[in-house]
Amino acid sequence: MKDGTRGKIRLLADLFLSFARIGLFTFGGGYAMLSMIEHHCVEKKKWITHDEMMNMTVVAESTPGPIAINLSTYVGFKQAGLLGSVIATIGMILPSFLIIYALSMFLNRFLEIEIVARAFWGIKIAVGVVILDAAVAMIRKMKKKALPLSVMIVSAIAMLLINIFSVKISTIALMLASALFGLSLFGVRKIKHAEGGGKK
Amino acid sequence: MIYPELFLGFLKVGLFAFGGAYGAIPLIRDVVLSYGWLTDDALSYMIAVSESTPGPIMVNLATYVGSSQAGVLGALLATFAVVLPSFVIILLVTAGLKKLLKKPWMQAILSCVKPCVVGIVLAMGAYLILGNAFDIENGGSFEIKAAAVTIVLLLFTYLPRLIFKKKLSPIYTILLAAVLGMAIA
Repeated sequence: MKDGTRGKIRLLADLFLSFARIGLFTFGGGYAMLSMIEHHCVEKKKWITHDEMMNMTVVAESTPGPIAINLSTYVGFKQAGLLGSVIATIGMILPSFLIIYALSMFLNRFLEIEIVARAFWGIKIAVGVVILDAAVAMIRKMKKKALPLSVMIVSAIAMLLINIFSVKISTIALMLASALFGLSLFGVRKIKHAEGGGKK
Repeated sequence: MIYPELFLGFLKVGLFAFGGAYGAIPLIRDVVLSYGWLTDDALSYMIAVSESTPGPIMVNLATYVGSSQAGVLGALLATFAVVLPSFVIILLVTAGLKKLLKKPWMQAILSCVKPCVVGIVLAMGAYLILGNAFDIENGGSFEIKAAAVTIVLLLFTYLPRLIFKKKLSPIYTILLAAVLGMAIA
């Protein structure tokens, strides 16, 4: 009984420290940290299997939120239930929280230094390029079929017009519209299928 | 009241952030601009800072916005809100939500939402690049220095990939841009 409690505390501490380390050493977030989680949680600690990891990556792609949070929640839950998932997720977030919080205290004053302001003039341009490149990477991973490509192009044009003319339509509204479009296509296909018996 | 606004704003971000870190950036832009928490410029700076510091970008942005608007409590609240949806969803997945994700109608929805997010990210990248080169907010005058830097950065991003088949980390693009900025801005 006592040993059980001690073992559980040790496991929770291990989860916390492991994810804190992963959170501290992954820059740029997202997929960069997958290999680190795979190495630590699958190979070293054997907390989850490789298949589970792959499975959760697929789930993460179909659910909102940072993949790092999805994985820390999952691993924590598998190992130590709800408390484990909370501890692992806090471990994941804490390092970047502390760093960004500390930065936020003096970033504005830092930006007032002339040379820094000039550096950030360039950095602002880089952010546009980095985001464009993120989109290019996403496009390369997409299925090259008519439906996803046309949805992508229509959304891009709509969003660009919304931005340029400062129309009050939110990104979420655009996403909901595409969800509705997908659902109605599904409905139409189903009705056709019922009528024609597989005309396609 | 700032606290409920921070909480709801970032809950919305966490709930609709499909497509990884960059999928969330247009959402965050919507939220911070509509509440007037950050300007477009400040957001750009923070995206670069988040890219160059550890941790998921949307968590970093939530922490920063929360802190800049309402101190440590704001930072905690915004960070908690942005993480909450994915945390809850994964618990639901382990409790059987996975079957729901495999349903044909759910797949039909996701098959359109995912490319929509890609389109939104593409549009945002293009808009930011155009906005720097043409100063859209102030009448659209052509900014030759910004346009030149944009071209250099695009070449820096894509030439190594064409020639050496190697992808450089975005941090190098940001560093080069900082140096160019210090030199010519």
